[in-house]
Amino acid sequence: MRRMKTFVTAAILALLLIGIHPLRGDAASDPSGVTIGSASDVVGATPGAPSADDIKNMAASEPLAVKLADVVGHNRIAINMVWVLFCGFLVMFMQAGFALAETGFTRAKNAGHTMAMNFMVYPVGMLGFWMCGFAIMMGGSGGAASIGGGSALANEFTINLFGKDFGLFGSTGFFLSGSAYDAVIFSMFLFQMVFMDTTATIPTGAMAERWTFKSFMIYGFFISMFVYPIYGNWVWGGGWLSTLGKNFGFGHGVLDFAGSSVVHMTGGVAAVAGAMVLGPRLGKFNKDGSPNAMPGHHIPMALTGCFILAFGWFGFNAGSTLAGGDLRIGVVAVNTMLASAGGALSSALFMWFRYGKPDISMIANGFLAGLVAITAPCAFVNSVSAVGIGVIAGILLCYAVFFVERKMKLDDPVGAISVHGINGAWGMIALGLFADGTYGDGLNGVAGPVKGLFYGDGSQLAAQSIAVVTNIIFVFVVMYAFFKILNKITPLRVAADLEENGLDMAEVAVNAYPEFNINR
Amino acid sequence: MKKIEAIIRTHKLEDVKNALTVAGVQGMTISHVEGFGRQKGHQEIYRGTEVKVSFVPKIKIVAVVQDAMLEKALTAIVDNAQTGKVGDGKIFVSDVAEVVRIRTGERGEVAI
Repeated sequence: MRRMKTFVTAAILALLLIGIHPLRGDAASDPSGVTIGSASDVVGATPGAPSADDIKNMAASEPLAVKLADVVGHNRIAINMVWVLFCGFLVMFMQAGFALAETGFTRAKNAGHTMAMNFMVYPVGMLGFWMCGFAIMMGGSGGAASIGGGSALANEFTINLFGKDFGLFGSTGFFLSGSAYDAVIFSMFLFQMVFMDTTATIPTGAMAERWTFKSFMIYGFFISMFVYPIYGNWVWGGGWLSTLGKNFGFGHGVLDFAGSSVVHMTGGVAAVAGAMVLGPRLGKFNKDGSPNAMPGHHIPMALTGCFILAFGWFGFNAGSTLAGGDLRIGVVAVNTMLASAGGALSSALFMWFRYGKPDISMIANGFLAGLVAITAPCAFVNSVSAVGIGVIAGILLCYAVFFVERKMKLDDPVGAISVHGINGAWGMIALGLFADGTYGDGLNGVAGPVKGLFYGDGSQLAAQSIAVVTNIIFVFVVMYAFFKILNKITPLRVAADLEENGLDMAEVAVNAYPEFNINR
Repeated sequence: MKKIEAIIRTHKLEDVKNALTVAGVQGMTISHVEGFGRQKGHQEIYRGTEVKVSFVPKIKIVAVVQDAMLEKALTAIVDNAQTGKVGDGKIFVSDVAEVVRIRTGERGEVAI
């Protein structure tokens, strides 16, 4: 315990030292937001927009136009920033969706503890991301031009391999201080943070009903500070996976529009590692390995949670344009909802034909699986593909639940591994298959729209496959080692008699349902 | 004085209660219970895995009646709780040694 405290104190001090290193702010950073958005943000905004030369040349002959260009540029940035922030708020609300879905699908005696993990992951993840996660992930990203700049995020640690630069992690933005104290960068932080927290909350589902709150909190800091940001940097922060196109001709490099791999695979693979180290709930598996069903205690709560997730997903996917003025947002939103419908319907029909009844808990999982699978390709596919991706996701989900339970012998109370891990991978592959060439010109520094295998380009699929393999290896190895080591320092699992009685009072000092007689 | 413990289907409670009241039974206590008889519960499937539901929810009615009232009460229960299908329930009758009305302290049959 003392060793833990010393280590944590030392780590925080070290990060503080790194954080205050850029003691003076960058001249380009503007915490007030007053100078953000100007005439230069009009340049190239639309196909018919003025060029930089146009504006320079007009200064003498049309002074009013130049002043108006300044306001127009400001408003363009404002629309985009408002869009990004609002969508970020929607994604934040998904935390409630996860909390209700997980608690509804697990037992009443643990409801307080399950809700508590989903609640606490928000502040813990946020603070970890604020301390160093955001800096590692986006510190070298170059900012986001659509919401006004953020160019202070210009430090990416790279290594040189095969004659090309491989970005590994960023190093600007610790504690959102120094040059990171900027209105644009703060907006970026909010948007990125809520995505990170979606990842952080996924393993709480697979590890519910037997995880100690203390080790969960330590996990929350670890995943938000290091694991999520590093892979996130590789795909979204300008790192080596995103430059596979520019450097080696693999399509547009790895594309993951809203995070099938960055968010959902990372969460799902971490959940596998955690569930393996933690072990199944008592009574889940018999001595001969056959599983026992442990029904959730509150189906209305669980399904409401799934609806809240679907609602937040509009922010998740459509917000990832990072621009309200990017009018692909309607296509993105519709593809998102269509995939959810496809997933729900296919999982319903699957269970109906296989077991005679449409099991609503599987349908809810299939609904989410469709959403996870469309998260990467949502901006690049047409509606028929979106429905198809969702339909396949729903069927994959059902098979995955059986595979995880019966073959891998892992206890996943809410299906998190099957929803997020398996279908996150499917979403990445689906992009490489179904991208139809109607969007994406210039992404990751590669000219031309994004095309998948079925539309004439197999190199995008290659990039996507590299990302899937990289994510599985990186996240599993790191998280498995982390959980194993953590288990030696403080037990991951609650004591057996505590688990039989329910975790609520012992772990989080409350009973979820004190006035009710509940089964224990 | 006799104690009647009747285990019946949950949705038959209103019918049985009304019939007992009409028959002259003044009061009763109910509890929510689970159990099985020769019905032995039933099989369900949750997420592709069998759930063996051994215990089926039932309602237990406890009523204490005068000896003269017993047959009328039993008939009221059986007629209204019956569906003809396995799981209709059972009635247990036992002797009661003493009854006390707490408000007044009365004892015996007058306290029922």
